[in-house]
Amino acid sequence: MISDITPFGTAFFSIILLLAAIVIAAFLNKYQKLLISVSFSITALSCLMASIAGIWGVGAGYVESTTISMGIPDLPFHLRLDPLSGFFLVVVGLLSFFVSVYSLGYVKGFIGHRSVTHLVIFYCLFITGMFLVILSDDALSFLISWELMAASSYFLVMFEDERVENRRAAFLYLVVAHVGAIAILLSFGILAGLTTGFKGFDGYTFDAMRQAEFPAGWATAAFLLAFFGFAAKAGVIPFHVWLPEAHPVAPSNVSALMSGVMLKTAIYGIVRVSFDLIGISNWWWGAIVLIFGLISAVLGVLYALMQHDLKRLLAYSSVENIGIILIGIGLAMIFTYFEMPQLAALSLLAGLYHTLNHAMFKGLLFMGAGAVLYATKERSMEEMGGLIHKMPWTAALFLVGCISISALPPFNGFVSEWLTFQAFLLSPSLQTPLLNLLIPLGAALLALAAALSAACFVMAFGVTFLGRWRGHHNSPPPFDSPLSKGGYRGVKGGNGGLEVDWYMRIGMIMAALACLILGILPTMTIGWMDALSEQLVGDKITITAGEFGWLWLTPIAHERASYSAPIVLIVVLAVVLLAYILLHIRKAAVHRAPLWDCGFEKVTNRMQYSAASFSMPIRRIFGFLFSIREDVRAVYPTGNPLFPKRLRYHLKVRDRFWGLFYKPVADASIWISRKVGKLQQGRIQMYLIYSFITIIVLLLFLR
Amino acid sequence: MNQIYPVIIEILQIAILLIAAPVFIGWIRMLKCWSQGRTSAGILQPYRDIAKLFTKDVVLAENASWIFRFTPYLVFGVTVLVGAIVPILSVDLPLSATADVIVLIGLFAIARFFTALAGMDIGTAFGGMGSSREMMIASLAEPAMLMAIFTVSLVSRSTSLSQIVHVITSKGFILRPSIAFAVLAFILIAIAETGRIPVDNPATHLELTMIHEAMILEYSGRHLALMEWAGMMKVFLFAGLGIAVFFPWGIAPKDNLIYLPAAILFLAIKLCLAGTGLVLIETGLAKMRIFRIPEFLGSAFLFATLGMLSYFILE
Amino acid sequence: MSITLAAQINSILAALILLTAFGLLVQRRIYGLLHLFAWQGLFLSISTGIVGYVAGVNHLYISSVLTLGLKVIVLPYILHILIIRMQIRKEVDTVVNIPTTMLIGIALVIFSYHLTAPIIELSTLVTKSTLAVALATVMLGLLMMITRRNAVTQIIGFLSMENGLFFAATSATYGMPLVVELGVALDILIAAFIFGIFFFQIRTTFDSLDVNSMAKLKEEE
Repeated sequence: MISDITPFGTAFFSIILLLAAIVIAAFLNKYQKLLISVSFSITALSCLMASIAGIWGVGAGYVESTTISMGIPDLPFHLRLDPLSGFFLVVVGLLSFFVSVYSLGYVKGFIGHRSVTHLVIFYCLFITGMFLVILSDDALSFLISWELMAASSYFLVMFEDERVENRRAAFLYLVVAHVGAIAILLSFGILAGLTTGFKGFDGYTFDAMRQAEFPAGWATAAFLLAFFGFAAKAGVIPFHVWLPEAHPVAPSNVSALMSGVMLKTAIYGIVRVSFDLIGISNWWWGAIVLIFGLISAVLGVLYALMQHDLKRLLAYSSVENIGIILIGIGLAMIFTYFEMPQLAALSLLAGLYHTLNHAMFKGLLFMGAGAVLYATKERSMEEMGGLIHKMPWTAALFLVGCISISALPPFNGFVSEWLTFQAFLLSPSLQTPLLNLLIPLGAALLALAAALSAACFVMAFGVTFLGRWRGHHNSPPPFDSPLSKGGYRGVKGGNGGLEVDWYMRIGMIMAALACLILGILPTMTIGWMDALSEQLVGDKITITAGEFGWLWLTPIAHERASYSAPIVLIVVLAVVLLAYILLHIRKAAVHRAPLWDCGFEKVTNRMQYSAASFSMPIRRIFGFLFSIREDVRAVYPTGNPLFPKRLRYHLKVRDRFWGLFYKPVADASIWISRKVGKLQQGRIQMYLIYSFITIIVLLLFLR
Repeated sequence: MNQIYPVIIEILQIAILLIAAPVFIGWIRMLKCWSQGRTSAGILQPYRDIAKLFTKDVVLAENASWIFRFTPYLVFGVTVLVGAIVPILSVDLPLSATADVIVLIGLFAIARFFTALAGMDIGTAFGGMGSSREMMIASLAEPAMLMAIFTVSLVSRSTSLSQIVHVITSKGFILRPSIAFAVLAFILIAIAETGRIPVDNPATHLELTMIHEAMILEYSGRHLALMEWAGMMKVFLFAGLGIAVFFPWGIAPKDNLIYLPAAILFLAIKLCLAGTGLVLIETGLAKMRIFRIPEFLGSAFLFATLGMLSYFILE
Repeated sequence: MSITLAAQINSILAALILLTAFGLLVQRRIYGLLHLFAWQGLFLSISTGIVGYVAGVNHLYISSVLTLGLKVIVLPYILHILIIRMQIRKEVDTVVNIPTTMLIGIALVIFSYHLTAPIIELSTLVTKSTLAVALATVMLGLLMMITRRNAVTQIIGFLSMENGLFFAATSATYGMPLVVELGVALDILIAAFIFGIFFFQIRTTFDSLDVNSMAKLKEEE
């Protein structure tokens, strides 16, 4: 069928390879170790192929489509690889490749506890689903792959199903995913129906939708339905409640994929539907996307700061980053409507660049959190500390992820946020006074989110890896802790006692390298992404961005703003090296000494700042956004009312949205089910009467 | 020859930064002593402090990791890079296109990020407290800073510093309410970012009131010297940044070495004035409670936003 | 003095009036409020003088002097005396916390700009751009009256609202007729006296100047 190798052929072959991995997994059930090695190697290979196909396809600005006659008669599946899907193929493929390599080590941790066969099978199905979502070119195959993705990830969240929280999270996830899917289905229904004027089914292909003109009202309805459907999947606030429940409880390699790339399929959906299928016909579509993006960015990071479970923190931070991506896309929509293709290209590329970046660093961070979990069997940061000595590799790699996600130069997170800021700074060229005044406030919110996320990741890294072991479980330690040998104060140097194996390290190293490369070579990446913006908004920014070669990133114009990550990196490293050499010419001794304890003499590990205390100032300032329950109880020894024996501090921070939106809906649906339940009498005569009445009523109406 | 001039200026500027920053701090401390009726230690005391620290041995906390040891070098390196970008003497800097104002904020942010991590690294309550508060202040200062930049970029249509200097000097002096508001906002932000009174007290030795000092409490020897020096340069650079963006008259234009001596003179005068202003603020105000700082930075945000609004409304 | 320079100075003054209006919103100390109010009056008076000069409308000089006398000297003095007589606490209670008030204030400024944009399009005066600021000052004064508890701060909010109206009049139409302005000035003065009397009444009835205690006047059901 495929005569010579094309990007599309490569992508197609990678999907077949994934399906092969599933079949092999089913046969290797008995040999778990072999199963892990074989299946994850094949998966890694196929993901690598898919990302190569994507890189190639986007770079060549290549479009190819094919029709597969399977499924329902007369409704064949259409697949298509264009720059947009190629780009998302890279996002999904690249991270899945890293994570698959990582899984070679990580999943071995389950051996001896439970069978991993179905983990492997659903893992492969999950990736297949994501690839197919991106490649499908009609509403039917899109929705089928969407469901494949949702269902397989449901089973992955359920993997450790003996725990109540996992079952609860998985159920919540399934509910929200399906409410979202219904909205998407309705949206496609509107589009498909209007394409053919509600005659026949030919309108279900994306090609037909692209050609069609939609009346304004219907277009808006379709856009809003699609946006809310995809927003539910992307975890946009207020549809995010499932995300911090489901992502942390899944196995860490799966959480990396869910947070890193599954959310991105929703971004893909939003971009595909709004830019490609419907076309932007109102400026306020962009405003809606922008506002939801801003809310998600700020609230997401604030909620992340309140967490003490490392994986939950990362999940909330995904909400924030989805918000940042949506900010770029929303701005692009506004600029597109006002016919400023160059600015639209800038903001769209900023959003999509952040999509790629977030996949890399969030994948890296979840892999790092997984490594910590693997080594310590502990998820709460309050019980960690000092791991940098025990896991030097993981710590350094996690640090790379933290720097990237905190938008610090010269890593990748900074580039995309910088581009987004540039897009904001160019908004005054819109000739709409009200937007001119309001959009800068959005820039301020984005700055707030970026700065708070730096605070958040100082906390995450500092509490997990730095300082000393904070755990309550001093004796016995939760693991064979070298920290406990010779007391808690005598930790000198690091011995890497808890470091994870090389597969996991290589997976993380590759992701970290990707963060660095995307950070210091943004000009090349943007040059590569040009086909994208040309396809979607009809302009590109490379001519301006790359005007001064690969060294300088200069969007719009070189006088306007410029950034050169390589120079930043080189100069800083040079100065650091120079200072280091100059200061080490003369040998000054380095002593190790106990900490300064203010003369108090009894400094213990429990006196360190914990996550709760680190975030306390921010909790106080932004407290009105959360529902916080704080409880301090002092336990006094008998006969001494002055010096409490110990203090108990209990803090519970909850998402306000749960009580605001979800609880009423949940209560209402339970109430309705109770009422409806009364119809069930259990007697067959009653059921027959129901049917009889229904038939009579219907006959009356259809007379 | 013309190729070599910018490089000379660049090197000269970095040298001036390294040398003049301690003098600038010495000037501020001296004025402060005078204004409070104390005898000052002289304008060169910061040099002596740094020189002394460089000769001392390093005492490390027992579980300090490589992050704690690497941070001083990184902070120093980043600060020097910022110094190579901000047009203090001349706009003719080869490195100035490396970063616009937003990247500069990012560079300061990475220094702060690592300083905060170093504070967490040693595992005391003070270090963590300093880090936590520093990050809180930084996250509130950032939106205000961005708004101020927004206002400036509205006027100059650029965020690149050389271009801002060029546009503002070439247009002549215009009374602009937006820029006036932006200056006010910038002063408040600079006070918060450099940790001066009323936000933080650089001279305090009471642990509970420290922010920046709490993070670097465990540093000693050459590490402390680098941190202190970088801190001085940061104050100097914020002054230089404010001068370049808001009062750029006197900064040497492109391709002309003749203006350089005049530029140095202007810089000295402006810095003296900036130092005097800072001393007036520091002497006139008392350190705030930590939870008044949101209001302080909120006013900075308000000023910056009013600047942005008044650009659209009044200009 | 050229027209452009005058316009520049006028917009600086408008900015300063807006700033003092925000200052009134965020100031906690009652004397600070008084000073800010006096400053606002001063800026207003200078601005009126400049507008009078630019437009060549002589009666604006009279209103300028009137503003100076009344709002910079007399009213602050009366309030000062009131505060001393009644021994009001130095810190002012707020109903909403200050950062939130600021954000609402910013939203109000944007709203007034949006509201006045069509009028500004039509107007040809040099001072037209300050109309939005004037409207914003009115709204901020009202916001201040809403967010403060103490009765004295309420009167300052009220007077600042009046400042805004006055400023709107000068910037939109080069001032109201002199008779109207004199009448308004007199009204303000009398209002201040009546307020003073009311304060004493309120305090003797409730033992405090917290207007929340007026809720007690409601009939029990």
